[in-house]
Amino acid sequence: MNKGYNGGNYDVIIIGAGHAGCEAALASARMGKKTLILTMNLDSIALLACNPSIGGTGKGHLVKEVDALGGEMGLNIDATVIQSRMLNTAKGPAVHSLRAQADKYDYQIRMKSVLENQENLDLKQGEVTELFVENGAISGVLTRFGAYYTAHSVIVATGTYLRGRIFIGDLNYEGGPNGFYPSNSLSNSIMSSGFEMRRFKTGTPARIHKDSINLEKVVEQDGDCEVIPFSFLTEKIDIEQIPCYLTYTNENTHEYIKENLSRSSMYSGDIEGVGPRYCPSIEDKVTRFEDRKRHQVFLEPEGRNTKEMYVQGMSSTLPEDMVLAMMKTVEGLENVEMMRSAYAIEYDTIDPTELRRTLESMKVENLYFAGQIIGTSGYEEAAAQGIVAGINAVLKLDGKDPLIIDRSEGYIGVLIDDLVTKGTNEPYRMMTSRAEYRLTLRQDNADLRLTEKGYEVGLATRERYEKFLEKKNSVEAELKRLKEFKINPSSIINEKIRSLGTSELKTPTTLCDLIKRPELNYDAIEILDKDRPNLSREAKMQVEIQIKYDGYIEKQTEQISQFKKLENKRLSQDLNYECIKGIRTEAIQRLSLIKPESVGQASRISGVNPADINVLLVYLEQQRMLKKRSESVE
Amino acid sequence: MSNTIAAIATPPGEGGIGIIRISGKDALSIGDKIFLNKHNKKLSELEERKLNYGHAIDPKTDNTIDEVMIVFMKGPATYTTEDVVEVHCHGGTIPVRRILEVILESGASLAECGEFTKRAFLNGRIDLSQAEAVMDLISAKTDSSFDVSLRQLKGSLSFEVAEMIDILMNMLAHIEASIDFPEDDVEEMAYEKLKSESEEVLNRLNGLLETVSTGKILKDGLKTVILGKPNVGKSSLMNAILKENRAIVTDVPGTTRDIIEEYVNIRGIPLKIVDTAGIRETEDLVEKIGVDRAKQILEHSDLAIVVFDTSRKLDDEDLEIIELVRDKKTIVLLNKTDLERKLDENDIRQHLKDIKIINTSITEGDGMKELEDTIHDMFMSSQVKISDNTIVTNTRHRDQLLKSKKNMTEALESIDISLPIDCIEVDIKNAIENLGEITGDSVGEDIINTIFKNFCIGK
Repeated sequence: MNKGYNGGNYDVIIIGAGHAGCEAALASARMGKKTLILTMNLDSIALLACNPSIGGTGKGHLVKEVDALGGEMGLNIDATVIQSRMLNTAKGPAVHSLRAQADKYDYQIRMKSVLENQENLDLKQGEVTELFVENGAISGVLTRFGAYYTAHSVIVATGTYLRGRIFIGDLNYEGGPNGFYPSNSLSNSIMSSGFEMRRFKTGTPARIHKDSINLEKVVEQDGDCEVIPFSFLTEKIDIEQIPCYLTYTNENTHEYIKENLSRSSMYSGDIEGVGPRYCPSIEDKVTRFEDRKRHQVFLEPEGRNTKEMYVQGMSSTLPEDMVLAMMKTVEGLENVEMMRSAYAIEYDTIDPTELRRTLESMKVENLYFAGQIIGTSGYEEAAAQGIVAGINAVLKLDGKDPLIIDRSEGYIGVLIDDLVTKGTNEPYRMMTSRAEYRLTLRQDNADLRLTEKGYEVGLATRERYEKFLEKKNSVEAELKRLKEFKINPSSIINEKIRSLGTSELKTPTTLCDLIKRPELNYDAIEILDKDRPNLSREAKMQVEIQIKYDGYIEKQTEQISQFKKLENKRLSQDLNYECIKGIRTEAIQRLSLIKPESVGQASRISGVNPADINVLLVYLEQQRMLKKRSESVE
Repeated sequence: MSNTIAAIATPPGEGGIGIIRISGKDALSIGDKIFLNKHNKKLSELEERKLNYGHAIDPKTDNTIDEVMIVFMKGPATYTTEDVVEVHCHGGTIPVRRILEVILESGASLAECGEFTKRAFLNGRIDLSQAEAVMDLISAKTDSSFDVSLRQLKGSLSFEVAEMIDILMNMLAHIEASIDFPEDDVEEMAYEKLKSESEEVLNRLNGLLETVSTGKILKDGLKTVILGKPNVGKSSLMNAILKENRAIVTDVPGTTRDIIEEYVNIRGIPLKIVDTAGIRETEDLVEKIGVDRAKQILEHSDLAIVVFDTSRKLDDEDLEIIELVRDKKTIVLLNKTDLERKLDENDIRQHLKDIKIINTSITEGDGMKELEDTIHDMFMSSQVKISDNTIVTNTRHRDQLLKSKKNMTEALESIDISLPIDCIEVDIKNAIENLGEITGDSVGEDIINTIFKNFCIGK
């Protein structure tokens, strides 16, 4: 076996420096492990290969959670944001979602600098072509230029590079995203370690020159007045924001597309990969929703120092000239100059059900996977997996219990549990509707949910932990005060109450009960509560949410406690389901394949029904009693 | 195992007594809600581990359901090791199920097949050697009840439930799409629309709950009309029924001043006899209130009992009555068999072919038992003959419908005070989950498919 020259010995090696790889590497290094991150090109670190923005519904929640654990993504976008919006503000606080446009170049440069300056972390350019497995465990990696690195753990975070193939109309060729090279050898090495590969696909629209847009004919989209940070560590962001623009396709656009459909690579039959439903190409939108007279097209800046604009809503696999012609039918884009072509990319992924909830593979010990390689899509989803893989690689190395975030604790938990338990047939995107406990999993309380965990494993800093404690304590103290503080119905008080547009008090009433009234809120009742403590904005928000939605939050808390009972019933990885009398054959097969870690996880596997779970529970109790009996005999 | 469960513990069908068992931490508080003894004492005020005499009551209406004996046994020295309450009532399907239903309405969940045993085992009460038997029990019972529930689902219930799920799913998909894709051109779900669609589902749920046949009989009684021309023995029949069967409620005012409804309990079936002042006083329903009104009453009744005098030949008036009941569930009584016979079964069958006919002599008491058997068979046999699973499954359906109703009611309350849509969504999702328990659907991936089917979203 040719192992090349000895490049060095590491605790943890990360293959790929995209959003998953960066978080994994930083987590590992920050937790004190000697870490190496390898990338095929140092210029592609933390590349925003598609839309130049971070966050949005569900995704914004993930960024906040990564941040709460001690990750970098939130800090990185806070430092490079050029426009910010809080989405869904007309809806409840649980679905408020932060979305920021990034300067994609600044974003990369800052992340690269963070990696370069991170203690315990080496950053090197090199294409990994082979994984080495000894006795069922990973032992090292080899690069194309002949460097052999040994490692205790390896995290594969290769994004869309594995056997990447680019499609533009009739044209297709081997390639990675954004003009980078694909990685063709590593796939084979992963397959020969026993993994099956599948083909997924995704796509990106064209980039156009800002000066070629007729800004008179498009609608300017400004950011919010105030830029709200992603990171719980960022106090304030003071920047000049850059606008996006909105325009629409029209019937001419649709007609042009329909006439030329046969030239689209999606319709030519060359692409075998499965694409995501939530990123439909413009061809898809036009054919699937024929009655729609127009579709939105957002034009988003790619940075402060570039004229390139991202054309959101017009992903396409038509040939380059046709994409150009199609864009020219759109209002404001009549004279558009295209700078980069739209393309689709097809790539290899593994099946995520081959992974544990730590993202370690079941087939090869100490080998982890994170990001698009396991079938997700999106920078935020990748970062979330990266940090979980990084933390768990270190915890395992140290012989500690893994960090498992369950479905009631975070979107990260929903994401990973969905992937490893149910698998996915398309690139998986986070959506808030995937979370059962959405009202509890809010972006505003990500720190309250996760910072302690991040601190306990040694990733979140002391500074972050203390900030969390301060917020937690002030919220709890204030809630207690509001529940105890009673207002008496004097005539002076009732006059004030009337001025707030709400009904008078008849009996002494707590401040808490006043806040619960739909027409009132925490700030409004300040006139009745002159001596209230001075709370931070975040703490105030927590207090108000916890009072206003108390009834629903309580309902979910009850559901969560039911959920936890089954989650806490652990299942051994060596359990032989075939020996359990009473479980149906289909369920045995699924259980043996997925190897659930808890009875709760087992109950979410498709093909396992409640009766199977009941049998399983009885079996576990039987085993427990047998064990107890044999112990007492000894 | 925190939730409290309840189920009928005695075998299905007719028996001397029926026992309903409640197990879990709320067993006693539920027992308190559904029981009072004759000194108006609650179960918790009575001695533990002693059978106490009293009445099972419906806490919503305070109506008495049945005479019962009740016992409270504090855990852990019980079968399941949890707190247990047992209610012993009259045998027969109706009282047992009615009591189970008020227990479920008071906060218990219907026990899964084998769940008492499972709890007993998991709480360390049953010997290890029985573990396999327990596992067998669970898997076998579940399989067969699954079949039964599938069989039951062929019909209007499943259709109705599927339609409601459909409405709710589309609402949910709309809400979710607007939440998850705020920048795509998804129209916000207007609260007025949310309200009107929620109300529609709630109305359907109410309608369904009323029409679930056993539920209706249990709740309202079997609405029965006695017909016949003057002097055939209607009032004797009425009096005989009332005498033999303790009237549960008398003199309930009806919809008009003419009509009085009498509740009697025949072999566990609450019979609501739509009496009219007419039957007892003038003995002439048709004449007194007119054919149209009689028709109207018949239309809303579940059972018609037609009485003929066998000492007289059929006349036009009799034929008129026969026409009235042609499409109803009807029992014909050929009364006065002790007198000279001028009318027999064949005379009736000429007009009503497959009618159930009983020869009676009401004054002598002949044929009364047969009448009771017939009523029982007509309305209960189909359910009793099938296994207990049907009954359980039926109760389960009703339970899920009730839960769904509760969730929709809460959704509407939240809509009225304009709580955010993501709160209301919780209730709607729960309502779908409840209905899904009936049809075997779950929200899960379905909702995401519906979003992508109905809305053009994504970049």
